Amino acid sequence: MAQFEKANGIVDWLDQRLAIRTLGRVLMTEYWIPKNINFLWAMGVVLITLFLLLVVSGIFLLMYYKPDVHQAFDSVNYTIMHEVAYGWLWRHIHGVAASATFLVIYIHMLTAIYYGAYKNGREIIWISGMMLFGMFSAAAFSGYMLPWGQMSYWAAQVITNLFGGVPVIGEALVVWIRGDFAVADATLTRFFMLHVLLLPLVIMLVIVIHFYSLRLPHVSNELGEELDFEAEAEKYKVGNKKESKVVPFWPMFLSKDFYIVSVFMVFFFYLVSFHFNFAMDPINFEPANAMKTPAHIYPEWYFLWSYEILRGFFFDIGPLSASDIGLAAFGFANVAFFLLPLLDKSPIVAPASQRGKFNIWFWVLIADLIILTVYGKLPATGANAWVGFFASMVFIGLFVALPFITKNEKRRGA
Amino acid sequence: MAVEQSRRDFLGMAFGGVAAVGGVFALGAMKASWDPLPSVISAGFTTVDLSPMEMGEIRTIEWRKLPVFILKKSSDIAKNSARDVVVGDASYTVVIGLCTHLGCIPSWRPRTQDFICACHGGVFDASGVNTFGPPPRPLDIPPFKIDGTKLVLGEEGPEYAKLVGNA
Amino acid sequence: MKELKILAVVVFLTAIVYIGVEPYAHSKLHPAVTPADFQFQDLERTGKVGDAARGAETFMMAGCIGCHGLESQGMPFSMDNQSASQSFGVVPPDLSSAGLIYDETFLAALIKNPAKALMVEHKFNEANPHPMTSFYGLGGDLDQEVADIVAYLKSIAPASMSSVEIFDDACLRCHGMKYDNGKLMPTEADAILAYMGTIPPDLSPMIRARSHSFLETFINNPQKHLEGTSMPRVGLTKEAQLQVVDYMESIGDSKKEERERVGLYIMGYFVILSIFAYLWKNKVWREVK
Repeated sequence: MAQFEKANGIVDWLDQRLAIRTLGRVLMTEYWIPKNINFLWAMGVVLITLFLLLVVSGIFLLMYYKPDVHQAFDSVNYTIMHEVAYGWLWRHIHGVAASATFLVIYIHMLTAIYYGAYKNGREIIWISGMMLFGMFSAAAFSGYMLPWGQMSYWAAQVITNLFGGVPVIGEALVVWIRGDFAVADATLTRFFMLHVLLLPLVIMLVIVIHFYSLRLPHVSNELGEELDFEAEAEKYKVGNKKESKVVPFWPMFLSKDFYIVSVFMVFFFYLVSFHFNFAMDPINFEPANAMKTPAHIYPEWYFLWSYEILRGFFFDIGPLSASDIGLAAFGFANVAFFLLPLLDKSPIVAPASQRGKFNIWFWVLIADLIILTVYGKLPATGANAWVGFFASMVFIGLFVALPFITKNEKRRGA
Repeated sequence: MAVEQSRRDFLGMAFGGVAAVGGVFALGAMKASWDPLPSVISAGFTTVDLSPMEMGEIRTIEWRKLPVFILKKSSDIAKNSARDVVVGDASYTVVIGLCTHLGCIPSWRPRTQDFICACHGGVFDASGVNTFGPPPRPLDIPPFKIDGTKLVLGEEGPEYAKLVGNA
Repeated sequence: MKELKILAVVVFLTAIVYIGVEPYAHSKLHPAVTPADFQFQDLERTGKVGDAARGAETFMMAGCIGCHGLESQGMPFSMDNQSASQSFGVVPPDLSSAGLIYDETFLAALIKNPAKALMVEHKFNEANPHPMTSFYGLGGDLDQEVADIVAYLKSIAPASMSSVEIFDDACLRCHGMKYDNGKLMPTEADAILAYMGTIPPDLSPMIRARSHSFLETFINNPQKHLEGTSMPRVGLTKEAQLQVVDYMESIGDSKKEERERVGLYIMGYFVILSIFAYLWKNKVWREVK
């Protein structure tokens, strides 16, 4: 048992019982972050802020939302939007924050790819991050169902139908997922459970793993330099703050984060109040009608690139049907990024600009993702279908080619 | 970083202060979101037409999701000038039907012309005054207004103000 | 400097995605339509000048009152909503306000050939006639008689109406507005289902489901956006239509003013917070730069 003495002050009292001073050093004041980083390194804290906004706004939505096919739409679009004081604010924050989360996840993810922060000891950070992307996608999908608008219903119908493509058990699987033969009340209530309880809990758990897995390999830096963190930390602690290549998480790193988050919030709340249709699609302001599919259905923008791969294969090849090929390609697309540490055969950690062929690979990937995203929204007819096909092939090709591109990478590729 | 701040971190405290102000406003909005909805508040008025009631009849009506007893006192029931609601030439007992002890609904006993609460044996007389058992005070009188032969529960009329003033 | 360049790249790529997915894609999904025609140029203009006094007589003799109430003149409609629904498929409109809210060219054309003016000829013809019978005149100059009726309707119409009154007269017979204190259409659901082929949607959230520009062209000519629809051309004047959309916004987006006001306050707050954050961050980083 620890030695307990008369405390001199509340901090000392807590420290004797909870070791808060040690905790503060480990988590904050002696958690060392490289100095040569740019604002892209703040995206993690921006994501935490957005997640906090989602949880808090979600709590208030949860007070008034009714998870029943007859009451859901009006509980959101009448009670919350018109009756509850500031109900519109929580709903708009929730919808815009969900969309903004994906924008920042993509920036965060592509930053990691650019700077090679998914390999050389950082594989678990990368994998836990990709798991978070998957879980946020599930949370977004389940959440979108809840207002029970036209898009809610038909997106649920189409996406649950996809599972019918699984061999042998497909049809039974679809009914099992839905809890009914068609998307119905049973479907709504179980996706409500997922969205409000299970997914948030698992997300929080994986966030903790994500943060923990960062510690031993340390946060990366702009040049991929390997730093001697102990030595640099010593320099800082004895007072050589300018020479040291590291800074403490608190107050250095966090003060810059707070600044970036504050500026981002100006833009965010502009969207919340004035420009939100991209996140709260008008089509979902029509109550769900099982007898009428809207003229245009499409997923939210952040799902468009993989949606386009799903429909990118529109012709049969030999014994394989177009829908089966598309489903397989879609399945591959969703796990492809997980495989990045495996597929990148080079041990070099450096910004893409210094990695020659990888730099080209990276910008082709960005262009391809943008083309897939935009074409995922357009009607898949005529020339658009062919663009989708080629863009999907490029995506698959990029990942197939990566091992070959990186196999013989030398230190200064330029 | 065990280095102590030699000067107060004014900018840091200022930033913290501005952040806290934002937090207070956010908490205010959150408090407002908990407020009862306008539709709930506006449903807080119930009108009862007393004219069809017979002498000695007792009715239970719902007001703001609570039971309210209305007893049209027959001649053999004692009047209580401090508590009776007088409409026309009849005296009524108008009380919220929840025992003032712990909230159970007392039952009217026609033979003894009083209310008995099953939970802990409290007894109230025909005017709602507690006469036996744990209840600490008489049955509460709801805000009301007299409108001809109608009783409007939820609105505070002059007769209500007088009764409450007497209590 | 370098950070600004990185920011520029991020903003640029985000902008491309946004433009592609929103304005560009939506222009492809919803090709532009011709602007709303409040002149109703497809309808004939007879050039006749109507006489209201004569029109009052013509109106009574034409038997309009058999189906249309005229509440402001002390002649409310004789049927209750249920009977009206069953007889006509929809509760026929009271005509007290028609002279104000509907265009006179439209009204004249409507009286002579309802299905044509309402643009529902794809549904109603000789075999399946429109519930409102065409007016073939009382033996005199048909166009003059029609002009007289329209002049009469204009003479008894109010000088102005509130937005909700116009909505109630022009739209409520088929479209409920339940978010307005539970206001539902007076027509019975099964009657209008048989008449229209579908139950017209409640319009409560419609202002959020469609843009202002869509509603303007749609109400003026539903066939432009929904070819083959059962919804008749409404025939509202430009002013009346603007009022209808205003009312829809007051119900379906009742918090718009608050949202924009609070939004500006919140944005202003974060501008101030950013300044303090910037100053503090600079102070903190000065010792390590």
